[in-house]
Formats: sequence, C-alpha cells, structure tokens
Amino acid sequence: MNPLDRYESLVDDVDAFRAACDRPLPSVVRTNEIAATPARVREAFDEAGVAYEAVDWHDGLFRLPDGNPGGNWPYVHGWTHGQEEVSVLPGLALDPRPGERVWDACAAPGSKTTQIADAMGDEGTVVANDNNLGRLSALRHNAERLGITNTVVTNQDARNFSLKPLAFDEFDRALVDAPCSCEGTCRKNPDVLDQWTLDHVHAVAGIQKGVLARAVQATRPGGVVVYSTCTFAPEENEAVLDHVLDGEDCELVAFDLPVETDPGVTEWDGETYDESVTRAKRIYPHRNDTGGFFCAKLRVGGEGDDAVSDGGAADDEEVAA
Amino acid sequence: MSDDAPENDGQQFDRVPATPDEREVEGRASRQEVLDWWHERFGIEPAVFEGYSFWEKGAGKVWIYNGEATDPSEVEAIGMTFLRTRQEHWKPTGRAVSRFGRHATKNVVELGPERASRFAAGEDQDLPEWDGDWGYLIATHEVAGESVPIGVGLYLYDELRSVVPKGSRADLPVVE
Ligand SMILES: C[S@@+](CC[C@H](N)C(=O)[O-])C[C@H]1O[C@@H](n2cnc3c(N)ncnc32)[C@H](O)[C@@H]1O
Repeated sequence: MNPLDRYESLVDDVDAFRAACDRPLPSVVRTNEIAATPARVREAFDEAGVAYEAVDWHDGLFRLPDGNPGGNWPYVHGWTHGQEEVSVLPGLALDPRPGERVWDACAAPGSKTTQIADAMGDEGTVVANDNNLGRLSALRHNAERLGITNTVVTNQDARNFSLKPLAFDEFDRALVDAPCSCEGTCRKNPDVLDQWTLDHVHAVAGIQKGVLARAVQATRPGGVVVYSTCTFAPEENEAVLDHVLDGEDCELVAFDLPVETDPGVTEWDGETYDESVTRAKRIYPHRNDTGGFFCAKLRVGGEGDDAVSDGGAADDEEVAA
Repeated sequence: MSDDAPENDGQQFDRVPATPDEREVEGRASRQEVLDWWHERFGIEPAVFEGYSFWEKGAGKVWIYNGEATDPSEVEAIGMTFLRTRQEHWKPTGRAVSRFGRHATKNVVELGPERASRFAAGEDQDLPEWDGDWGYLIATHEVAGESVPIGVGLYLYDELRSVVPKGSRADLPVVE
C-alpha cells in the first residue's frame, strides 16, 4: 500500500498532490549569514558561473538546478549549507533572538541547529541534542564548517533530557524536529514510501509525544516550543499536539509562514483532536513545489514575565490589551 | 590523593586558566597565551575574542565557545575547535582561520585563482616568492572583490603545504 493514498481525503487537489510527490526536488542551499550575506553568495556564484535561482519567500535560499551544492567556493568557505526549502520553516517559526537559550531536542545532522545559531547571530546558547552519536558527529562537522561557536552538543534521550550539564535550568525556546515516518521526503527518497508501516507510525508517535512533553517542561513560562515533522500522518502530527495539550501547560498559537499552508486537521481515522490544532500548518508538496512538512508553534503557559514576542499572535494580544 | 596536581583529562572539557600564573594543569595553555599567540602570529587583536571562552579537551586541543558556561564533563562539544597547543608550533584550525582569519594583518598569503584551487584540493606547491615567516600561514584568495581565508598552510623551504584536512578538501574549478 502507498501511504499517500491515506491523504486523498485531506488534500483539495489529489492529482496535483500525487504529481508533485512524484517529481524530484532541486538542490537548495541556505546562506550562513554568520559568514556571508546572500548578496555575497550571489556575487560568488555569478563570478564562478554557478547557476542558481532565488527562492521568492526567502532571500537566503538558492536553488541549484545543476546540483552539486558542495562543489563551489561559497560552500568551501562555509557561506552555504545544503538544506531543503521546507526545512527552513521551523526555524522561522521558532524565531530565536541573539542572547537567548534555545534547545534543539532532535538536532542531528544540524541543519536547523545551524540556522538557529545563525538567526541568533552566534550569540546566546544553542543546545543541540540527539540520542544518536553517529548523527551527532555529522552535526558537529556541519557546525564547525559553518563557524558556529555558541552551540553545546549533548547526547541524551530527549524524552528525559537533563539540564544539569548546562549553566541554566530552563530554555527560552525549544525546537522539536521529531523523528518521523518521513513521508514528506518522498521527492528526495521514494524508498520511504515502500518502507512505511502503520506500526512504525504508532511507535514513533510515542517518542514524539515524550519529546514534545519534555520540551514544554524544559521551556520557561511564556516561552516558545515549535514542533515539526516531515510527514503527513496525523497520528504523528495533530494527535501528538492533542496529547501534549492535554498533559502539559501550553497552548497552540497562530503564526505566519511565508508559504502557502493548510490548517491542521481535527479529525482522523475516528479520532477527534482539540480544535486549536487548526493553528498548526500542513505543507503539501503541490502548494509551493516543496517537500511535505508539518509545523506547529506552542506557547508555554504559567506566569511568564514577558511573553516571547512573535508575529501575529503577539500583535493581536497587544491590540486587545 | 588530594595534594596531587590536577591532570589533563583528555575526555572532558576544562576551561583554560586566565593567565599562566593561575595554571593548575601542567602544560595547559592559558587564555593570555592563546590571545598573545594569535596577536603575535597573525596580528589579530585580542579584542576580537572578547566574550569568547576557551576550553581544552584532548591533549592540547583548544575550543572556542560563545555561549553560557556549562558543566563540561557531560557534553559532547562546546563551540568549535580553535587551536592545537602542547606542541612546539601551535597550529590554528582551518575553521578558526575561516571564521576569524579576516582580522589577520600578517602571515597571510594571498593566492591567485589557480593556486587557490590547488590549495583547497590539498596540494603542496612551490612558492619561492614568499619572503615572510616560515610556519603556519593563513592562505587567502579573492572572491568577488574581497579577500577570503581558505585555510591553514605550512610554509617551509620555498614550499607552501596545504594542511586542509582530508575531509575538507575540495576539487574546485579555477575561478578567474
Ligand atoms: C528529523 S531528524 C532531525 C533533523 C535535524 N533537526 C536537522 O534539521 O538537521 C530526527 C532526529 O531525532 C533523533 N532522535 C530520535 N529519537 C530521539 C530521542 N528519543 N531523543 C533525542 N533524539 C532522538 C534522531 O537520531 C534524528 O537525528
């Protein structure tokens, strides 16, 4: 069975969805602004005759139609990092600021860690954690290549992560870019669809719930937690949010992403989820010609001294106050 | 025994002492010495590294970190590798040079397009025209009108050796 069949009832245009899932994706690089501006990268590409296309919703992203993202000077100098377009979205939702304390709970191989460190101007502290030591060595290589100095790397099971080795006992923001069934990466790696099983979906959903709950607990009141996966499966997305909304002191907040998205679903396979999961965003491949993705933004409850400022939701609060 | 001098534990990160006088672990570089070394070797002002802390892990490997200090015994890494000490000639890492090398005012060798590509590929090359110091140099080349560090070279007997680590070598077309 092709797991994508399951989602025909969720998408508006089944043919466009299936056709997009069958098309390969171009190589994309993200500018590492710790090292260079997008304008410098463009100049260097021009000088070397490297073909590139701009991505209209993000000036630091370049599509490389000829592939080989590592075969040019900007890469060698650590000015660019190969990263799929949709993979940039959770970092935008997280919106970390210089000087903050940020946890990347499932961080390897570090595409989002390095994007977060970059957004913080390499100031503050990023704690990049993963339970897989081999994948952490790839993360360390990437962080070094990009010249990042504000990151601590830890090797723990994120579900019972201890902040004891750290200089503080709570985070301002946390990203849970969870292990998942990876259906949304089918344009890069069609094998994921052949290897898919419902048992795996359920098993990984258990891990996702544990990690997201821990992220909420480890983040200060008023802080932000972003949850993302590269899968369409509601069991791994809305169901995980619903579970954590029930068990932890947090709420889903509205937020903006610079791409076309669909709201989270409140019903799936006989289950219903909290109405607020519609604030989460589904990214289907046919909408923006990208990989598939899911992204949600949570605010941790309790007495926050200052709610972390963020996009639309915070502005609304100000108007209401 | 409690009166034993502390030793370097190669498995964990320890903050380097501020000055040689505060050194407790034999052979460990101090912050002062690290800053002096970058200043003397490459003319990089100590102010460039203000706010960063330095840590040792392994025999002589110094790391640079810009975050809040941690209990480093339980972490895999803090910041990035910076400098190799505990040897006669200290050696900067390629990453350190790539990140901070633009502040250097001496022992910088600018390579033309063809030499730059050979350097990045890990090739050694004759360079009799260099009349500066021997030892570790920062190799740079021009990208779109500005000089950019490529990595660390070792200059000995009219030859510039590329010490770009194997995993970082690249086969790049010559950009004229
Ligand atoms: C989707 S990948 C993360 C990709 C990464 N955020 C990036 O942008 O490069 C999920 C990661 O979760 C890690 N992981 C799985 N179970 C975990 C657990 N219980 N605790 C911590 N990490 C876990 C996996 O090793 C894997 O590296």
